[in-house]
Amino acid sequence: MSILVIAEHHNGQLAGSTAHVVAAAQAIGGDIDILVAGENVSGVAESAAKLAGVGKIKVADDSVYAHQLAEPTAELIAGLADDYSHVLAAASTQGKNVMPRVAALKDVAALSEVIGVESPDTFLRPIYAGNAIATVQSSDALKVLTVRTTAFDAVEATGSAGVEAIDATVDNTLSQFVDEELASSDRPELGSARVVVSGGRGMGNGENFKLLDGIADKLGAAIGASRAAVDAGFVPNDMQVGQTGKIVAPELYIAVGISGAIQHLAGMKDAKVIVAINKDEEAPIFQVADYGLVGDLFEVLPELESKL
Amino acid sequence: MKVLVAVKRVIDYNVKIRVKPDHSDVDLTNVKMAMNPFCEIAVEEAVRLKERGVASEVVAVTIGPKAAQEQLRTALALGADRAIHVETDDKVESLTAAKLLKRVVDDEQPGLTILGKQSIDTDNNQTGQMLAALAGMGQGTFASEVQVEGDRVQVTREIDGGLQTVSLKLPAVITTDLRLNEPRYAKLPDIMKAKKKPIDVKHPDDLGVAVASSLSVLKVESPAERQGGTKVASVDELVDKLKNEAKVIA
Ligand SMILES: Cc1cc2nc3c(=O)[nH]c(=O)nc-3n(C[C@H](O)[C@H](O)[C@H](O)COP(=O)(O)OP(=O)(O)OC[C@H]3O[C@@H](n4cnc5c(N)ncnc54)[C@H](O)[C@@H]3O)c2cc1C
Ligand SMILES: Nc1ncnc2c1ncn2[C@@H]1O[C@H](COP(=O)(O)O)[C@@H](O)[C@H]1O
Repeated sequence: MSILVIAEHHNGQLAGSTAHVVAAAQAIGGDIDILVAGENVSGVAESAAKLAGVGKIKVADDSVYAHQLAEPTAELIAGLADDYSHVLAAASTQGKNVMPRVAALKDVAALSEVIGVESPDTFLRPIYAGNAIATVQSSDALKVLTVRTTAFDAVEATGSAGVEAIDATVDNTLSQFVDEELASSDRPELGSARVVVSGGRGMGNGENFKLLDGIADKLGAAIGASRAAVDAGFVPNDMQVGQTGKIVAPELYIAVGISGAIQHLAGMKDAKVIVAINKDEEAPIFQVADYGLVGDLFEVLPELESKL
Repeated sequence: MKVLVAVKRVIDYNVKIRVKPDHSDVDLTNVKMAMNPFCEIAVEEAVRLKERGVASEVVAVTIGPKAAQEQLRTALALGADRAIHVETDDKVESLTAAKLLKRVVDDEQPGLTILGKQSIDTDNNQTGQMLAALAGMGQGTFASEVQVEGDRVQVTREIDGGLQTVSLKLPAVITTDLRLNEPRYAKLPDIMKAKKKPIDVKHPDDLGVAVASSLSVLKVESPAERQGGTKVASVDELVDKLKNEAKVIA
C-alpha cells in the first residue's frame, strides 16, 4: 500500500488537521507521502516533513495553486494518484471541495468523513447526520477518502521526511480567485479546541455573544454557534457547529441557548463532557448533556464567569 | 441561459431514523420523504435567476424511483418549467449520479447546473464536484452568493475560515450552502399548475450509464448512545462537578 496525504495549509502554515490525516493513513498502513500544493509553500513543506511516519514530501509550488482552487489542485492530484493505493485529505471544506473532483477524474468512488479504518479497503463513516454509522467496502484500485480529523489522534512532529519538488504545472482556465474574507481570532481553532462554548438562538442577538467571551477566556475555549444563531446574523458562518458546519469533539462543550436539534448534535455529540444551559427544561439538548442547568442564560452566564 | 437543478428525494430532515435490526441499512418503511433541503435552496436560486431575467428556463432533474416524481412536482410548483426523471430503483451512489447528470448536461447544455452541497441521508457532499470534473467545468461549491456577469459567474463560498469568492467561466456547476437563500413555499395554484408541466422520463440505459457501484455497505449500526440527562441545580454545583467529577476544568 502507498498512501498520498494532501497537506492542508493556510497563509503559509501547515494546518493541524494534516497530522490527524497522517494518523488515519497509518491506520491503513503502508508508505505515506505528503503532497504540499500551493504558492510559496516551502515553510509548509518543512513542517510537513516533521510529521512522524512520513516517507516523502512532494512539493508543487506554483502560482496556479495559489489559492488551492479545486480545478488545478484536483488535476494535479489525479496526475499523481496512479502511484498510490489511497489518497487522503481532511474532511474540511478544502478537502471536500477537491477530493470528489479527484475521484471523478480517476473514475472511482469517494468516501467522505471517514471515522474509522477496518482494513485497507473497509472504512467507517457516519450517515444521516451521525445517527447511523456505515461500514463501507470499496473495490476500487484507488481509494479516495476525506477523514474526520476528530476521529484520529494527531501523529507527533518527530519525523524527518525528505522534501522533493515536483514539476507538475497545470493550466487553469476554468476558475479564478477573487477574494477572501477570513475571520481572525485569538482564540483556539474550533475544530481542535479543548473547550468549546457555543451560543444559539437563545442568545438573542450578536451583542449578547460577548457574554460568552469572559467564560471562553477563562477556559481557553473556542466559541461556536448553532445554525439558527448564524442564520440570524448574530455571528459569522465559520462558527457553525453541526451536520453542515464544523464537527467538534472537545473535552468540554458548553451549549448555551441551543435546543439540541439532531443537525446540531451531529457536530458535537462526540464531546467528552457536554454542559447545556437552557431555560426550557424539556429542550432535547438535556438528553445528551452530562450536566444540564435549567435557567435563564442572562443570569447564569455572568454567575458562571465569576465562579470559574 | 438555461439552468439545470438536480433534486434528490431523501428522508424528511425532521425524522429520527432507525437502523434495521439486521444492520443491513436504515429503516425507510413508512418514513416521511421530502426534497433534500439543499436542493430546495438550489431550486429557489434557479427560480430567482429566472425572475431576474438571468435564466430563460429552469429544468429540474432527479434520479430515483417512481416516487421521486413527487419531488419533481415540488420543483415544478416552485417555479421550474419542466422536469427530467431518470428512473431507477437501484441505489445510486454519487459517482453514478454525477455520470447520469453529465449525460443530461450534454443533452440540455445548461449555462449553470445547481446542486445541493450535500444529501442529508448519505452526507456525501460529492456529486456536484464530480459532475464538474466529468463535464470539464469549474465548480463553485458551498455557495452563499451567486452572481452571473456576462459569460462568468461569481460565487461566494462558505469555507472553514470564512468566505471565499471565485469567478468561474460559464458553463459551470454550483452547489448550495444553507445561507444562499430562503426557499419559498409552493402556493396552491402553483401546485395545481405544476401538475400540467411536463416530466420527461428516461432510464439509465437510455443514457448509457450502468448503475453499479464499487462501494458496498457491509453494515449499518447505531452510534454509541450518550448517557446524558443529569441536571444540576445551580451554577455552584455545575462548577463543582466540572472540577471534581468530570475533571475537565482546573
Ligand atoms: C439541512 C439542514 C442542516 C442543518 N445544519 C445545521 C448545523 O450544521 N448546525 C446547527 O446548529 N443546526 C443545523 N440545522 C438547523 C437545526 O435544525 C436547528 O434549526 C438549529 O440547530 C436550531 O438552533 P438553536 O438551537 O440555536 O435554536 P432554537 O431551536 O430556536 O433553540 C433556542 C433555544 O434557546 C433557549 N433559550 C431561549 N432564550 C433563552 C434564555 N434566555 N436562556 C436560556 N435558554 C434560552 C430556548 O429554550 C431554545 O431551546 C440544519 C437544518 C437543516 C434543515
Ligand atoms: N439521485 C439524485 N438525483 C438528483 N440529484 C442528486 C442525486 N444524488 C445527488 N444529487 C445532487 O447532488 C447533491 C449532493 O449530493 P451528495 O453528493 O450525494 O451529498 C444533492 O443535493 C443533489 O442536488
